[in-house]
Amino acid sequence: MSSTLLQVIAGGLLLGAVYALFSSGLTLVWGMMNIVNFAHGDFVMLGMYVAFVVWTLFGAGPWAGAPLAVLVLATLGVVVYFALIRGIMKGPMLAQILGTFGLALLLRYSVFWWFGANFSSLPENLVGGTLEFAGLRIQASRLLAGAVALVVTLGLHFLLTRTALGSKMLAVAEDSTAAQLMGIRPDSMQAIAWAIAAGATGLAGALIATFFYIVPTVGETLGIVAFVTVSLGGFGSVPGALVAGLLIGVIESLSAYLIGAVYKDMVVYALFLGFLWFRPQGLMGRA
Amino acid sequence: MNFKRVVGLVPTFRSSCPTSAGTFHELRKVKGTSKLMMLVPLFHLKFLDGIRSARCRNFKWAALVCAASVSVALAGSAFAQQKTVKIGAILPLSGGAASAGEHTKAAIEVALDIINNAHAEFGNFPLAKNAGLAGLGGAKVEVVFGDSQGSPATGQNQALRLITEEKVAAMIGSYQSGITLTTSAIAERYGIPFINGESVAANLTERGFKWFFRTTPIASDIAKIDFDFLTDMKAAGIKTDTVAIVHDTTEYGVSVANVITSAFKEKGREIALDIPYAINATDVQSQILQLKEKKPDVVIMIAYTTDAILYQKTMQALDYKPTILMADDSGYSDPSFVKAVGKISLGVLNRSSWSIGPAGSPTALIADMYKKKTGYDMDDTTGRAMQAFFVLCDAIDRAGSTEPAKIQAALKATDLKPDQLMMGYKGIKFDEKGQNILASSLIIQLQDGENYVAVWPKGSSDKTPMLPYKGW
Repeated sequence: MSSTLLQVIAGGLLLGAVYALFSSGLTLVWGMMNIVNFAHGDFVMLGMYVAFVVWTLFGAGPWAGAPLAVLVLATLGVVVYFALIRGIMKGPMLAQILGTFGLALLLRYSVFWWFGANFSSLPENLVGGTLEFAGLRIQASRLLAGAVALVVTLGLHFLLTRTALGSKMLAVAEDSTAAQLMGIRPDSMQAIAWAIAAGATGLAGALIATFFYIVPTVGETLGIVAFVTVSLGGFGSVPGALVAGLLIGVIESLSAYLIGAVYKDMVVYALFLGFLWFRPQGLMGRA
Repeated sequence: MNFKRVVGLVPTFRSSCPTSAGTFHELRKVKGTSKLMMLVPLFHLKFLDGIRSARCRNFKWAALVCAASVSVALAGSAFAQQKTVKIGAILPLSGGAASAGEHTKAAIEVALDIINNAHAEFGNFPLAKNAGLAGLGGAKVEVVFGDSQGSPATGQNQALRLITEEKVAAMIGSYQSGITLTTSAIAERYGIPFINGESVAANLTERGFKWFFRTTPIASDIAKIDFDFLTDMKAAGIKTDTVAIVHDTTEYGVSVANVITSAFKEKGREIALDIPYAINATDVQSQILQLKEKKPDVVIMIAYTTDAILYQKTMQALDYKPTILMADDSGYSDPSFVKAVGKISLGVLNRSSWSIGPAGSPTALIADMYKKKTGYDMDDTTGRAMQAFFVLCDAIDRAGSTEPAKIQAALKATDLKPDQLMMGYKGIKFDEKGQNILASSLIIQLQDGENYVAVWPKGSSDKTPMLPYKGW
């Protein structure tokens, strides 16, 4: 295998890990309460801006920016849950769609209004530049994002399947009335789910900011990929999102390199639709 | 802005809910400098009809709509009445190209300041000396902005709104060639003069339109200057044998790439590698790896800002440097591109018709005013759009009327000399297709990572090209 092809695959895997990273929050909310969060891409954008502000004010890298982004976004997640989601969950489906869509626009244009439409970027060597081994060039920032994606996915999976809190959350997801009878408060469980989901998304944003451009509309670009990743992985399946993210990343990179960049979306979405035809619940979703 | 119309929406929920998208566009228009503009997009949904079908059960929504309408209406000064000339401008004020749109909007506002107020320091620069348009008894020019959101369809709707509801006398816009294509088609249908200063796709002036005028150099001019520059570099001993073009698949990207390819072919040179990609990519590693493998000497980049930044970041990450990296304006001219990745794009070449000129000259004054307003340096794309606006206002001034047909006739008769322009064109004179035949540009280079400087042709530049491409 030529070294270029290896580089393409390595790049695809790292890209896929990033896709997985910013999809995990979406899949959690989707699986927990059947709400499609259209503001998800804009949560990523906010995480990016937190990292950017931390860097401009204090010159600090993601070591400071990422934890702060988690904190800010988790808080926002709880606020959004109580102020918006709890209300619209009782409403018709249309209200849910409009609610989070409106939130997306509100967030996007608030940032737009405050920071302007200009593109920003963090310095290239904020996370240790580029590593080189065996002829491969790997950006340290992408490697970090990939590693964190793995940790976050495993952590979320562990939380949901191995802890009491996770069991309670799943119980609420399955049947909130029954859970209530067992002494679980659906409200606090769902607020926690939103905090975790938004926090993970903020973390993703802060890490992506180290190698992507930062602009108020970046959520549009990233949001779509997150939706595809989640539906391919299976709604609500955290490990599914990881596998799907990696798959999409590698397929995108390979098809862009072998067939042509302009065809990569065609290839990815054709395979995606074909796959859903045979397995509509996604890779690891519940049937 | 009709104040009554907005207030009329308020009293009942029933009337406030089916608020048409058009009304919200009007709200956006009067928003002016109001900070409330952040609320407006909330309602700017295609789903508004959906809300109606939800029967306005949700009191909160209705209340919010009412509150927003009232405060926005109050924020706008709806009462000032004065003789004005209304011009419609359609720009991408949101969406991926919003940065370019906002810069152009700021430039038009600077131009309005120059036109509407007396600026003796500008000397003989057209329209600057006295306040307002002398040809219309000192009438002030007012610009109504429409947001295309970076979409040809939305741009078209906006054009329709500006013409039918705002009754603009003439139009300007719309940055992306693909959007200029649709907005100018509406103006053509309604017989409203449309001027464009920044879209370069060749076919825009090949449609037999009678109301469309364009001041910028276009794809064929670009192809020629690129070719001449490369020939000159080759004579200077720099390897320019193989050329690759990387371009997006928008109207602009495809048109410029095609024209460059065929122009090179005519002169006996093949483009070795053509890499099209879809705009707003999340990743461009594969494209850079393709280039790295094929090793072309010259890479021509035709990309909007989003992708341009990503390409430069990825080139650095994958350690890729062609001998010559030439960009075609757009993304690479965006001031925020230079701020974001200028330091890892040392030596990228670009084309431009803008140069600041000596202190005290009209161009230097404009550059100052623009920098004061935005905090950014004037760039070529913004300058070209601003130039078109001046040309349009000059025509209206000469027409002495806001009648579309008279403005059209005045535009046709335009004959501006280089010293009456802010851009470095050889003049402005339209052919029967509406294309400026005197447009020209220079090759500029980002040598220090902060400012582009003119490097070619020799006579009109103060620096020499720094080659090969340095990167970072």
